[in-house]
This record gives sequence, structure tokens and C-alpha cells, in this order.
Amino acid sequence: MAQTTSDHQLTTTQRGHAPAVPAGTEAPAAPTQVAPVRRPAPWDAWWPVRFYRSSIGKKWVMAVSGIVLLLYVLLHMIGNLKVYLGRNEVNHYAEWLRTMLTPALPRTVALWILRTMLITAFFGHIVSAYQLTRMNQRARPVKYQSPRDYVAANFASRTMRWTGVIVGLFVIFHLLDLTWGTANSHFVRGDVYDNLKHSFQRPVVAAAYIVANIALAIHIYHGAWSMFQSLGLNNPRFNAWRRHFATAFAVVIGVGNVSFPVMVLAGVIH
Amino acid sequence: MRVHLRVWRQPAAHAPGGFEEYDLDDVSPDMSFLEMLDILNEQLVAEGREPVAFDHDCREGICGSCGMMINGQAHGPERGTATCQLHMRKFDDGAHIVIEPWRAAAFTVIKDLSVDRGALDRIIQAGGYITAPTGSAPEANSLPVPKEVADASMDAAACIQCGACVAACPNGAAHLFTAAKVAHLNLLPQGQPERFTRVQAMVDEMERWFGSCTMHGECEAACPKEISIDFIALMNRDYVKAQFKNRRLIAQSA
Ligand code: HEM
Ligand code: FES
Repeated sequence: MAQTTSDHQLTTTQRGHAPAVPAGTEAPAAPTQVAPVRRPAPWDAWWPVRFYRSSIGKKWVMAVSGIVLLLYVLLHMIGNLKVYLGRNEVNHYAEWLRTMLTPALPRTVALWILRTMLITAFFGHIVSAYQLTRMNQRARPVKYQSPRDYVAANFASRTMRWTGVIVGLFVIFHLLDLTWGTANSHFVRGDVYDNLKHSFQRPVVAAAYIVANIALAIHIYHGAWSMFQSLGLNNPRFNAWRRHFATAFAVVIGVGNVSFPVMVLAGVIH
Repeated sequence: MRVHLRVWRQPAAHAPGGFEEYDLDDVSPDMSFLEMLDILNEQLVAEGREPVAFDHDCREGICGSCGMMINGQAHGPERGTATCQLHMRKFDDGAHIVIEPWRAAAFTVIKDLSVDRGALDRIIQAGGYITAPTGSAPEANSLPVPKEVADASMDAAACIQCGACVAACPNGAAHLFTAAKVAHLNLLPQGQPERFTRVQAMVDEMERWFGSCTMHGECEAACPKEISIDFIALMNRDYVKAQFKNRRLIAQSA
């Protein structure tokens, strides 16, 4: 009797791991039978591996890394608003970023910890975005041969890949321009205010900056809503607020960031 | 009323297919979409041509057999309606109507508009049931279920497995279907003992065949039973929890 019970428990627990139909016992292939588009992780794989193999796991990585990136773009934007308080304020703030948590930590160590988190999030976000995109392409190898008429998908949700790529390329240029100075002939290390001013006085750079930040705002408009769903944060009490939150976040980031090149070109930052 | 049809014709699985055009001159606005196709098929048979193959059974919106892409929308333009419940009065006189089968890697075209949706059955086989053979239904009042929970479970159970969510999803994902089938049992007390093994097994099976969810919301809009994408969030949450649950402590909180 005890034996029967434990056997039963074993099969019940294993059901989540072993394939539903043991290999070799599947019905003979119908002419319409298709091969799976993906193989699951082996059932005894380490759980984070199994979890990440699933699209839900990848979306969870997208959402968590998205939150890190959202926090970053928000703090970055707020920090940059200090240009409106004047040259000394913003340069002093930039220096503080380097001396943060000193003397407990040596200079720039705290900044590098944050940067490491950011780089990890960025790569996690991009790698899972790429893998999810490939997964979706495999899931519909033959496209609809007549035009689709979308009813719910909006511009933001349908362009996540493109707004994401625009933001990614822009980040590279942004680092070359204002962090390393390679793309900025007037670059003076530590003089944030003038670097920014000289950069945006080039209309092409200002235009690219504006385009990239509009793309970022569009990305956030869908992403900052979608991440709640990915993480399973769904409750009738706050569901309506998720939409408002994402819209507000997108507007705040978009308006704040676009204001910098506009204000340089308008001569307010001079 | 008159309609101009452009219908996908494909003689067999993996055979090349293409659109063919047909004109119907005497369609009643009170006909259902499938009745309109019946008229087309009678006309084709009378002309000695091969009729259009399409799936249908109950014709009252409950079996989930019917389903096709009508003018780029799964089950056509009417919300919360399966193809068999769509009426020709929703179209203008002289309308051009394009009809295409569901398209997804897992849904092979069997013939014309009929597709093999067996992959959805495999998801159910993986865990869309309660294992224990419990005999006949117990006295209903012996297992109290809060009204809200019963309603939510019922909303999920409305799924007729037609595959419109997969067809409508730009990513070819079956998240809404799987989420509905997971939630239908995972919300109820009877579903609790296998709650986390169920979500793990069903999601893992889904992953073998379908794409990923980007939250476009197209599935919810296409669903003839208007099942909410809120259930996808529930499934995502249970799937994450399933990674962490210590089954021996389950009695303390589900
Ligand atoms: C600072 C920059 C960025 C922020 C704040 C951000 C934020 C987000 C957030 C919050 C999501 C939603 C995640 C979810 O639905 O769970 C998301 C999704 C996405 N992101 Fe980003 N992201 C950024 C940069 C990028 C970059 C550089 C790329 C790619 C090259 C990218 C590609 C995507 C894609 C493709 C999705 C949709 C994934 C899917 O639902 O299938 N993002 N992003
Ligand atoms: S034929 Fe049964 S749902 Fe349409």
C-alpha cells in the first residue's frame, strides 16, 4: 500500500518534468504532423536554465532588466535637469557620481557597481529580445498571405524591436559623444555642461538625440505597461493605473530628454 | 446581397496553395458566414469543381471547430463571435471578403481552410485535467467557492479551443489559450493540489510549439469568448511561483 502511494506521488511530481507522452509511444505521424519549433530543456536541468528556456522566463528577464533600465533613464534624466540650475550644479553633480559612497568605497567604485548592473541589464534585455524575436519568427514560418487587420496591437507594441534597436544604437553614439568624447571634438573630461552644449550645437546630433528619445518614449509607452503582465502583476485594483503609469513615464522621459537639445538650440543653455 | 470572395485553396498539407476568386450573387443578409460558404460549395459542386474545405460542427459558437481569417481578422470583424455566429449582414452589399486559414508553425493546413490544431490538444494532455478519479460530482455545497473565483474560473473555462488567439497573435503564441486552460483549474479548490505541476507542464508543452507573448492584446480582441489577457498574467505568476514552490509547505499557502 505504502509502495503504491509513493509511486503515485512520484508520477504526479514528475509530470511537470517528463514529456507528456513517453518518447516512442506517440501515435504514428499524421501527414499534417509538424515537428516542435523548440525542444524544452532536459527535465533535470538546473531550474534557472529551465525557466529561462521558456518564453515566460525570457519575458521575465526582459521585464526585470526593463525595470533597471527604466530606473536608470529616470535618474539620468533627473540628474541632467541640473543643467537648468547652471554649469556648477551639473558639473558638481557629475563629480558626486564619482565620489558617491566615498570614503567607504574608493572613488568611482560605487559608480562602477551601478554601471555593471546597467550593462548586465542592457545585455540581458537585448539577448532575450533577440531570442524572443527568433522564437516568434519560427512560430509562424509561413506568414499570412493577405493583409492583417490589427485591432488591439498599437504602434508602440508593434515597433518594440525597432524602437529598441534605435535606442541601442543611440546609446553607443551617446557614450562615444559624451562619456568618452571620441565623437565630440570639444570634449573636456568633467565639464558636462560645455560638452553637452557643444554636442547639441551640431543640429544633426540634436536631431538624432530627439529622434532617439522619441523612440525611447514610444518603447516605454508599451514596455512599462507590458512588464506588469510579464511579471504577473495584475489586480483589478490597479490595472487601470498600469496604463496611466506607462503613459506618464513615457511622457516624463520623452519631454525631459528632448528638452536638452531644444534648449541648447534655443540658446537657453549657453 | 452580392459578395466577392478571395479564398485560400490548397489541395493538401505541404502542397502549394493560392487564392481563388468567386462571386456570389444571391446571399441573404440573414445567412451565417458558414451558410454563405455552403452556398459557395453548392455552386462549386454544381459546376463540377472541388468544394472549399472548412471545419465546422455545432454552428452555435460552442464547439470551436470553425475558424478562419476573414479580411485579416480571426473569426472576422464582429467582436466576441465565432465564424459560425457571424452573419452576412455585418458585410456591405458587394463586399470583397478575403478568407485564409489560421497560420502558425503548429497549425498545418490540412486542406483549404481546415488546419490541424492538435498542438492545442497536446497542451491539454500535458496537464489540463485533474488526475484524481473522484467519481461522480460531490454535493455542491460541500466545497464552498467564493462567487468571484467561480466567475473568474468560468470566464476562463469559456475557451472553446478554436485557436483564434494563436491565429491573431502577431507572434503565433498560444499564451491566451494555455492561460485560460491553466486558470480554469488553478483558480478552483479542486485544482490546487496540482496547481504548480500543471502550470509547469502545460507551459513547457506550449513552449514546444508556439511563440512568445508581447502583450499586443490581439488574442483577447479575436477571442470569440472574449477571454481576458489578465489570465496570461496569472499564468506568468504561477509559472514563476512553480520554480520556487516547496511542495511540502503548500498546505500553508497556495
Ligand atoms: C534604456 C533603454 C530601454 C528601456 C528603459 C527598455 C524598457 C523595456 C521594458 C520595460 C520592456 C517591457 C518588458 C516586458 O514586456 O516584460 C521592454 C521590452 C522590449 N525591449 Fe526594451 N528597453 C530599453 C532598451 C532596449 C533595447 C536597446 C532593445 C533592443 C535592441 C530593446 C528591445 C526590446 C524589445 C524587443 C521588447 C519587447 C519584448 C517582447 O515583448 O517580446 N529595448 N523594454
Ligand atoms: S462551428 Fe462550433 S463554434 Fe463554430
